[in-house]
Order: sequence, then C-alpha cells, then structure tokens
Amino acid sequence: MKLRANLIIGGALFALAIVVGVLAPWLAHTDPVLDANLMNAEEPPSWTWWFGTDDQGRDIYSRVVYGARVSLTVGIASQLINSVIGVALGLSAGYWGGWWDDFVNALTNVMLAIPSLIFALAIMAVLGPGLTSLLIALGLTNWSFTCRIARASALSLRSQGYVQAATVLGYGDLRIMITQLLPNMLGPIVVIGTLGMGSAVLSEAALSFLGLGVRPPFPSWGSMLSDARDQITTAPWLSVFPGLAIFLTVLGLNLLGDGLRDILDPQSRSRRT
Amino acid sequence: MTGTPLIEVEDLRIDLDDGSRRVAAAESISFRIDRGETFGLVGESGCGKSITALALIGLLRQPLQIGGGVIRFDGREIQHLSAAAQRDLRGNRIAMIFQEPMTALNPVSPVGRQIAEMFVLHKGKSWREANQLAVEALASVRVPAPERRVNDYPHQLSGGMRQRVMIAIALACGPDLLIADEPTTALDVTVQAEIIELMRNLCAERGTAILMISHDLGLVANVCRRVAVMYAGRIVEERGSADIFRAPSHPYTQGLVDSLPRLGSRAALGRNRLKEIAGVVPAITNFPAGCRFNPRCAQATDICRTVAPEATLLEAGGFVRCHHHA
Ligand SMILES: Nc1ncnc2c1ncn2[C@@H]1O[C@H](COP(=O)(O)OP(=O)(O)O)[C@@H](O)[C@H]1O
Ligand code: SF4
Ligand SMILES: [Mg+2]
Repeated sequence: MKLRANLIIGGALFALAIVVGVLAPWLAHTDPVLDANLMNAEEPPSWTWWFGTDDQGRDIYSRVVYGARVSLTVGIASQLINSVIGVALGLSAGYWGGWWDDFVNALTNVMLAIPSLIFALAIMAVLGPGLTSLLIALGLTNWSFTCRIARASALSLRSQGYVQAATVLGYGDLRIMITQLLPNMLGPIVVIGTLGMGSAVLSEAALSFLGLGVRPPFPSWGSMLSDARDQITTAPWLSVFPGLAIFLTVLGLNLLGDGLRDILDPQSRSRRT
Repeated sequence: MTGTPLIEVEDLRIDLDDGSRRVAAAESISFRIDRGETFGLVGESGCGKSITALALIGLLRQPLQIGGGVIRFDGREIQHLSAAAQRDLRGNRIAMIFQEPMTALNPVSPVGRQIAEMFVLHKGKSWREANQLAVEALASVRVPAPERRVNDYPHQLSGGMRQRVMIAIALACGPDLLIADEPTTALDVTVQAEIIELMRNLCAERGTAILMISHDLGLVANVCRRVAVMYAGRIVEERGSADIFRAPSHPYTQGLVDSLPRLGSRAALGRNRLKEIAGVVPAITNFPAGCRFNPRCAQATDICRTVAPEATLLEAGGFVRCHHHA
C-alpha cells in the first residue's frame, strides 16, 4: 500500500503534539505558572528563552508545551463526545427510521442552522468558564456531520445481506447496530472525527481567547493568544508561538483526516482488494 | 411427541398492504413438517415462497403482514409471539440460509467470530468457549484447517466456502428446523451438489428438519421427502417427491415435470407435451378469478374461470387443488 504524504505529515504533526503534551513535565524548562520572575519579563527568544518570556517573566516555551495538554484534551475528548452522540443518533435513526428518524433529522437541521461556536458560547455562558464546561460545550455542539454520515450509512447498510442475515439469526437491534452496521461505517466516521478534532482545537482557542476557556494562569494556546494581544507589536513572540502551535496541530489533523479518507474511502478500498 | 408436527401451518394468508389497497400475496397456505423431515417448496420466481418463509420466522415487514391463519411450532402458536420471543426462536430453533453467500456474511468480521457470536447470543457461552465451538463448527462443515480459517475474512473465501460458513452459522445452535431459501442458486453447478449433500448429511445426523425452497423442482425432489408446489400465492399440489415425478396431478406440476431436462418414461412414451408452460405468471395485483392457473391451463373449463378449486385429498397421500386433476 502506498502511504500518502498527507497521512505521514499529518500523522507526524499530530503525534508530535501528543508526545509534547504527554511529556510536558520533562520537556518544559520551567514551571508554566509558578516560575514568574519580573527580572526576566518580555525577553525575546534566545538560547536561554527559546520562545521568549511574557510580561511576568514566564517561559513561553514551557507554557506552549503545557498548553498542548489543554488543547489536545479538549480537542480529543470533545470530539469523542461528538462522535458518540452523532453515531448513536444517526445510526439508530437510519436503522429504525420512522418518527425517531424524523426527530433526529429535525434536531440535526437545527444544529446545522446554528453556528456551533455560537451555540458553544451560549452553553459556556450558562456553565461558566473552565475545562469541564469547555468539554461539554464543544462536545455537544459539533455532532451533526457525524450524525448525517452515520444515518446515511445505516440507511444503505441495513438492506445489506449480512444485516438481514443477522436479523434472521435472531440478533437484536442493538447487536445488529453494533456488530453489523457500526464496523462497516467506521471509515467515514473516523475521517470526520479527525477533521472535527482540528476544529475543536480551533474552537477551544477561540473560546479561551474570549476568556471562556481554561482559567488563567494555567496556559492554553487560546488564552496565551488572548493575553498577548496587547503586546502584538512590542512582543510578537508572545502570539507567534502559541499561534504556530495551533496552526501546526490543526494542519496536522486536517492532513491526517484527508489521508485517512484516501485509504478508508470505500471506493478506493474496493479498488485495492 | 410423535403426534405433534415440528411446524404446522394452517390456512396462512399474507397480505400486501401498500396503504391504498390490500391484496393477498399468498393465501390458503397449509402444510406440516415433522421432526427431522425434509420438505420442499417449489414454484416460479414471485409465487410467494420467500414471503412464506419470512412469515414462519416472524420477519414479514411493511408492506407485508400476516393476514390470517395459524403457525404452530412444536405445538405452540408463534404467529403472535412478542418480538423478543420470536428472536429467541430465530437462529436458535429455526435457522435460515439464503441465496447469496457473497453478501450474507459481514465483510469486516472474521468468519470464526460470526459463528462464535451465535453461541454467545443464543447459548450464553463466553467468548472463549464460543471461539472454541466455532472451530468445531467450521470443521463440521468440512472446511479444511478450521483453526486457521476462523481468522479469515469473508472476502478471502470462495463462494462455496462462504456457503459452508453460512451453514455452520445456521446449524451452530442445533436448530430443529433449517429453512434454505434458494441456497445454491448463486453457486456453480458442481459446488451446488456438494453444498446440498453437506446440508442434507448434517441435518440427517442431527435430526434437523429442512424446509428447502427453490424454483428447481428437480433439486427439491432430490433432497426432500415431500414437496409442495406453489403457484401465484397458493399451494396447488403437495405430494411425496417420488409420486410427484411419477404422476403429477396438477396441470401446473405436470408442466414443471415435463420442462425438466431428463429422459423420463413420459418422453419415451412419446407423449407430446409442451416443454415450457405457455403464458406468464400473473401479477400479484392482478390474479385471475377462479383457479389462478386457468389462463395458462390447457384443461381449463368454465368452472375454472369462476370458482377457486378446493384442496382434494389424494389416495396416495397429499392433496391437489384442481377441478380436473389427473
Ligand atoms: N417487501 C415487499 N414489498 C412488496 N412486495 C413484495 C415484497 N416482498 C415480496 N413481495 C411480493 O410478494 C410476491 C412473492 O414474493 P417472494 O415470496 O419473494 O417470491 P419467491 O417465490 O420468488 O420467493 C411477489 O409478487 C413480490 O413482488
Ligand atoms: S382448476 Fe382448471 S384451470 Fe386450474 S389447473 Fe385445474 S384444470 Fe387447470
Ligand atoms: Mg425468493
């Protein structure tokens, strides 16, 4: 099988972000919160301060490294919630049809009509800022595409011979959905999920930028950007490095999603086998 | 227990209700199958064989539904059982295999797992035990190297091998009845014979009754002790297999027997019959009045066009539904 460039580069960028987040305590030079020292305030990037320091003298490199934890936790966990909701709703709607399908369809249309970030903002306004609220807000607002794909797949799969055979063999509905339908629609779901993770990382940054994300002083890439906006001309490194981290992570996830689509797409798969 | 048949169908009607009108897709269906018996259902495509089978296992779905009659399995009426109770029967006591071995297996699941799932689902086995039983089940359908084959995916197997796997799945829980709906139609002729032989031997060993459904009278008569011939939603004749070949009673059955490519006594006697039955099968919404075969029947008289013939019992056993039967 030919490995595609987007798969390799995207996978490498995503893997790098994960490794950085997991190994943050060992990779960081200083404590991202406690090691503030006004003596070192606003140092530009150098051999000592790789990414420079902020107005409180905290090491930007260490803060970016720790920030990966927040971005990835939110990105991965919220997208998992979205995938589970989208698959559960779409799969059951497509398989059962009837009033449940109509209901899910209506719900999906409503979700698609409201920009998910606005919806997330509204939820955050109710729940208040913080990591948990962020996870809930982003996890509940971005499942409509997954739902659509799962529903369409279930609709086309339910007339397959093996699904009917399973019915004849006494499988219950739940067992059919989990063992016969889900595995056969996993490809597109994974692709959408990967792309969705990228947009969740962006949304986290946006919400944190608005001050609704992780509470300061703990670093997230979005809140670092937010803190840096007054010094964008005087200390550009404060925005450049967290911005670059977001850019590379989202780029990586998008490339990975595209690469996975190439290999998981049913058409290209049937061409190979 | 010898008195109770394994399955007994009485005056079953299957309705096709598309919202605007309701027509009987099949009616007056009655037959019984004893334990371990082989019973065949034969007829042209569209005559209602598959929907009859689906009715037996409680899987008629809109726009089809049971419109009347009784289905008794092991002495118990099952046509009104709850969905859960019917699910317990399906795959466990009544199993079914289909025409299309290419599509009846889940492409993303190893075949061993698909067999094992039956033991988990119906027999409450652990996956460890079930996987072991799956190897044995695969060995019993004579798949070579079963302990390796269990890990294969369906696309790695030939059509014949897949149908063997389907048989292994169907027979996994030791059902009392195996319904085989055109089980070999999609296979090569040589493979067909092997699969039929295998199915027949396994069922004979285990005392499993077979309801074999096919458009091929020769095939069914070969496998089954008794045969019912279906035409346009009704059973027109039911006899022992040998009798039906020797002396078909219903004009339609006679046509079927004569259209079989074989050197029988009939041809030797030089009787000049059509090799194919002239005319077409009537559409379900447009069944003729009286005997449904009358537009195609050479013996049809006035009564045939107005009165539907009742079943007449034959001395040699079985029945025929014809005003002027042989
Ligand atoms: N799901 C369905 N919806 C509408 N009509 C159906 C459906 N299934 C079967 N029928 C009709 O019922 C009749 C019997 O079909 P079937 O039992 O499949 O025939 P066969 O004897 O070839 O197995 C046919 O006329 C067919 O068109
Ligand atoms: S009842 Fe009449 S039309 Fe029907 S098969 Fe007999 S002879 Fe032919
Ligand atoms: Mg059929």
